[in-house]
Amino acid sequence: MKAFSHSLISCCLLGSILLATTDSIAQVECSDSVPSPLLPPSEVIAEDHPGDAGGAIIVRWKLSPDEAKRITGYEILRSTSPTGEFSSVGFAATGANRYVDANTEDSLTYYYKVVAVDVNKNASESELSPPARSSAQWFNFHLLNLLIIGGLICGAVIYFIAHAKKGKKLFLRRIAGLEAVDEAIGRATEMGRPILFIPGILDMDDVQTIAGITILGRVAKTIAQYETKLNVPTSRSIVMSTAMETVKEAYISAGRADAYSDDFVHYVTDEQFGYVAAVDGIMVRERPATCFYIGAFFAESLIMAETGNSIGAIQIAGTAMPAQLPFFVAACDYTLIGEELFAASAYLSGEPKQLGSLKGQDVGKIIAMSAIVIGAALETIFAISGSSLFGSLAELMHKLFSIVAG
Amino acid sequence: MSFFETIANIDRRVIFLFIGFAVIIPVLLSFSCTEEASPIVQAIFDKIESLPEGSKVLMSFDYGPSTVPEIQPMIDALLRHCCEKNLRIYMMALWGTGHNLISESMVDIIEHEFPHKVYGVDYVNLGYKAGNQGLINVILTDMKKMYTTDAVGTEIDAVPMMVDIRNLKSFDVILSLGGGFPGVKEWVLFGGDPGNVPVAGGATAVSAPLLYPYYPRQLLGLLGGIKGAAEYESALIKGYPKFKTHSHPGIDMMGPQTVAHIVIVIFIVIGNITFFVARRKEGDERGERGILK
Amino acid sequence: MRRQIPLVITFIVGSVLIISVFIPHKPFGRLGENFSVYFDIIAVFAFILGGGNLLRVHGNRIYRKHKDWPYSMVTVAGFLVMMIAGLFKIGGSPGITGDLTEPGSMFEELYMYVFTPLMATMFALLAFFVASASYRAFRAKNREATILLLAAFVILLGRTPFGVKLTSWLPGSLSFLEIPNLATWIMSVPNMAGQRAILIGIALGVIAMALRVILGVERTYLGADSD
Repeated sequence: MKAFSHSLISCCLLGSILLATTDSIAQVECSDSVPSPLLPPSEVIAEDHPGDAGGAIIVRWKLSPDEAKRITGYEILRSTSPTGEFSSVGFAATGANRYVDANTEDSLTYYYKVVAVDVNKNASESELSPPARSSAQWFNFHLLNLLIIGGLICGAVIYFIAHAKKGKKLFLRRIAGLEAVDEAIGRATEMGRPILFIPGILDMDDVQTIAGITILGRVAKTIAQYETKLNVPTSRSIVMSTAMETVKEAYISAGRADAYSDDFVHYVTDEQFGYVAAVDGIMVRERPATCFYIGAFFAESLIMAETGNSIGAIQIAGTAMPAQLPFFVAACDYTLIGEELFAASAYLSGEPKQLGSLKGQDVGKIIAMSAIVIGAALETIFAISGSSLFGSLAELMHKLFSIVAG
Repeated sequence: MSFFETIANIDRRVIFLFIGFAVIIPVLLSFSCTEEASPIVQAIFDKIESLPEGSKVLMSFDYGPSTVPEIQPMIDALLRHCCEKNLRIYMMALWGTGHNLISESMVDIIEHEFPHKVYGVDYVNLGYKAGNQGLINVILTDMKKMYTTDAVGTEIDAVPMMVDIRNLKSFDVILSLGGGFPGVKEWVLFGGDPGNVPVAGGATAVSAPLLYPYYPRQLLGLLGGIKGAAEYESALIKGYPKFKTHSHPGIDMMGPQTVAHIVIVIFIVIGNITFFVARRKEGDERGERGILK
Repeated sequence: MRRQIPLVITFIVGSVLIISVFIPHKPFGRLGENFSVYFDIIAVFAFILGGGNLLRVHGNRIYRKHKDWPYSMVTVAGFLVMMIAGLFKIGGSPGITGDLTEPGSMFEELYMYVFTPLMATMFALLAFFVASASYRAFRAKNREATILLLAAFVILLGRTPFGVKLTSWLPGSLSFLEIPNLATWIMSVPNMAGQRAILIGIALGVIAMALRVILGVERTYLGADSD
């Protein structure tokens, strides 16, 4: 969806740039050398900014006829009385025909004037706008399309979760990285070396960290059965507390509460590279046989994965940070790419309800793919044929998949 | 072990050594290269250039000491450009480590090169506030809810340039420097998009590819790594030749980066040659075994 | 009960926050930002847990003369020195409310001359690791790997002035084949298309994951098995 809207926007931008260029060339050729009085902007309208919590008014105007020749911008003046003193609230660049005054009180009525300013600092003031008052709304209609599309996807996920409860078997493609988890843990046990688990460097308010911790819970249960040593250095205090609780419960549910130690999970530092230095140190000193990197990572990904590679560890990574994926792919044995990270805990659990949610995701993919194909086709046909029907349909698709910020 | 086998199994420390020399030698010889601004960089320069005097620029220092060599040249060039254009600069940090970096940049660039600029009127240091994207969420609607004082404890309403600032929508452009978390992406998603305020970014070369999908609609331009910084410096020198005599670390560092890239390319070529030789040898051996059968 | 309460809280907060996206009016409009502030307040207090854990784990190692105890000594010493220098503003304005970054203060000096170079050094390691990983990974093993290898070549050279010079002799009609133009094309067309595809997949994965958490289907992160 995003890809489609971006390509549409790019096309529109290119089009408008070309048009604007042609216009300006034409106007420059016709320009008159005799100076004339600066013409003001007209039809100034001020109205409440829609779909917000109040405190903002949109001012719109028709550009000054002198726009292309000499205007450098528009100054926005405001007053609470039509005859009172007007003060400047902002400046809009040349070509702009709207301004959002985000500094209004909902209880007051405002009047606006727009002043065209030219290169010689000459100013020309518009007529007064009608009165306007800002207010808060109960529904943001700009987000109606998001509500519909989001509702469809969420509805599909919930439907398939409920459907899976009935026990219908679902097909799930093989994810090599997850099938290797048992083998990786077994290898560490055979070698008598610890397992290192890195749940990313972000806090619990990032969904990737939650995904990492859920996978840690499943992995820890298997580790508890194998009696292998686990080491989970964390870079956030809340992640430490959560991971500690998760691992402890995993050991209890595996019937190995006696094997659990509070030292398995420990806090290092919030500082990104301080954390990497500590993790690299642990790797080089303790030489873990298996390293998991599951969560959100940044530039530290390659430093950790290359160090893990140098000590001969089997490495399984998973992240939804696209920029780090190439590094993990280059240095690790298995990599969970993007959505696979979020599917992992459902996949490892094997529970129908969790797997059902993955099926619901596919509905979202169908919507995205259909929108991309239909949008690209409409835009292409419009570009070739110039048909206004296809142009309007392409525009409609564009609007359906764009979020308009007020 | 044959020559090719030795090369194929080369110790990574040998590669490290070559990369080390590839960077150190050009630095010692002051080898530098000229740059032309690409459209994605020029877009930021043009935006700053188009802003009228007194426009409000919010500059967020979202990086730490680790990425200073890559990000600081961008900050320096952007600060010079904003000061030259007489724009009002609001500096803040989403990273704790950004606080000190604001103070340093203020001293090194604004106070040193533009001594006539007045603190509180032309520029202000709002310092670091915790909260990551949550902070952006809050200041999107209410700036003074989070910033009750500036970084040195002055009441926010006593800072002249803060009087007409209500929220993010009060700014003409947001410049986020630093590609980590929180950084450019969070400014686009939680600030620029919902507030309809143009956002431009600067990020390390490693994290820049992640931000390309947001350009040009949600991100008006992007400075990617040292090259991005060098391109902005070139654009600035082209527009304002007087800055030629100022420091331009971005342009200076392009020399070592060029040599390091070439060394990596050479290693990749060598790696592939050894790979093909080994594969051919393996094929020959397999063929011989086939004949024996 | 211990597990039910967090699940109920998650369900209520998750649902209300989703609704608040679409309702700007009070009291919904600012719920998102208020919850962000609550999280930060909790995170600040949680740091005490983190700091305490650091001291406990490394203190134990030092006390028991664990095999790598000198490293723990460095960690604890670093933690305490920075904390004391920052808390008591040694060398700077006296008192707990003084400016942490006052020039000449011990904290500022440690930050500038120890912390900054150490962090920059760690980040700089990336250049070395990129080189060794590239050497190992970019092999023309098959067709896909060969395409990846060629793309890497173009990007590496395209990011340098050397790449500009290498193909600057090409006639204007073939300028699209110049290495910097090819590099820009690779970044802005195939790379961006791939990134967007991954991002769409991630967004859908996040939705499904978030719904599993809000609906209480996924509860491993609470230290509980899913039912």
